[in-house]
Amino acid sequence: MAKQVIAVVVVILLMAAAAYAAFFVAPTERSMGLIQRIFYLHVPSAWTAFTAFFICFIANLQYVFRRQARWDWLGVSSAEVGLAFTTVVLVTGPIWAHPVWGIWWTWDARLTSTFVLWLLYVSYLLLRTLIEEPDRRALLSALFGIFAFIDVPLVFGAIRWWRTQHPQPVILGAPGSGLDPTMRAVLFFCWIAMLSLMALLLRQRYQLEALRGEFDVVRRESEAG
Amino acid sequence: MSLLSNTSALLGKELRTEFRSRELLTTTVLFILMIIVLFSFTFDPSSAESRRFGPGLLWLAFLFAASLMLQPCFLREQTNDTLSALRLSVDDPFAIFLAKLTANTLFLLLTEFLLLPIFSVLYNVPVLPVLGWLIFVLFLGSLGVSIAGTALSAISAQARMRELLLPLLLLPLLTPVLVASTEVTAALLDPAPYVSWKGIGFLAIFDLVFLTALWLFGEYLLEE
Repeated sequence: MAKQVIAVVVVILLMAAAAYAAFFVAPTERSMGLIQRIFYLHVPSAWTAFTAFFICFIANLQYVFRRQARWDWLGVSSAEVGLAFTTVVLVTGPIWAHPVWGIWWTWDARLTSTFVLWLLYVSYLLLRTLIEEPDRRALLSALFGIFAFIDVPLVFGAIRWWRTQHPQPVILGAPGSGLDPTMRAVLFFCWIAMLSLMALLLRQRYQLEALRGEFDVVRRESEAG
Repeated sequence: MSLLSNTSALLGKELRTEFRSRELLTTTVLFILMIIVLFSFTFDPSSAESRRFGPGLLWLAFLFAASLMLQPCFLREQTNDTLSALRLSVDDPFAIFLAKLTANTLFLLLTEFLLLPIFSVLYNVPVLPVLGWLIFVLFLGSLGVSIAGTALSAISAQARMRELLLPLLLLPLLTPVLVASTEVTAALLDPAPYVSWKGIGFLAIFDLVFLTALWLFGEYLLEE
């Protein structure tokens, strides 16, 4: 219990420090002004979401080969947490885009593929609600999760090549793009804070799922007996 | 070798089952025909506009139709629990998938061949000059749809609400096929037609990636 309280406090402090850094440490961007600061919420959320989906993919693979319930618990937890962060990305994106681009949404490669990614993992969670038997649910959703994950690069490739008017990536992008060092430092700090939040949520959700799993076993046994 | 002989035997079974009733083919053809007709009301179907919207409309219709047509693929094995028999009859469960996805690709291609001339006439888009390439794209696209669709229909057949579930699982997964096939088809139906090698290569990669995934994970999809 004490460990959990400490973890929560650490995450709150990190998030508060990240918010402070995003508002007061990072310099104001010259052409976009204040609205650009949403970038410190938007981009780290996106990276964190991808991290969560990657964890989900690993958990899915582990489940298929090892068949231990804990991998299923990790799979569903990371998918849900990843979906939450993707939702943050999809909401903060238009808030930034409207004043800067003048439109809420554009069918650009990264926007559209993030949206498709969101749809894929919503389907993953939906599939889980529609299979009663726990082992079957775990196996089939793990397999769908694997298919969904390998589909993501293809979705991104297809949309990027044929359906895009995209702004060049700023991080790891073409030469000439790049971030001010302070901005970069703040960005990575925000990502670390976001990752800590993800770890906390993941842990909580995992424990909940573990309890549910145990409860389910007991319920089934009592019904059978 | 046994994979090939198993597959061809199972493929024969799939084709016989379908051609005895022709239920799937008839309903799918009608369904696509309806979409094609209804779509004409949503924009001005002049020749120039049709070239712009036609390829996307055509592929969207194929995708929707496929997501309905692939439903019974594994479902009909459940009625008499024939899936267990199938599993016992082959050495490698991949043969079951291979047979089913080949059959599904053939069914899809057949419906597409039937509807392509109708589309061409109704929307004033000439397809004859590029027919060879068009068939090639239809093949690559339908193969991709069938590979992913066969795998997912094995999943959805084991869930509740299966009729609604398959399109929900399948359609977002097929985004790359929709984008690439539409692109290649649009290039072919252009007034100055050209072959989009990038799109063709992309479709081939999609097919290959999902075929490999099915080969690796297929046996787990069929576990009791």
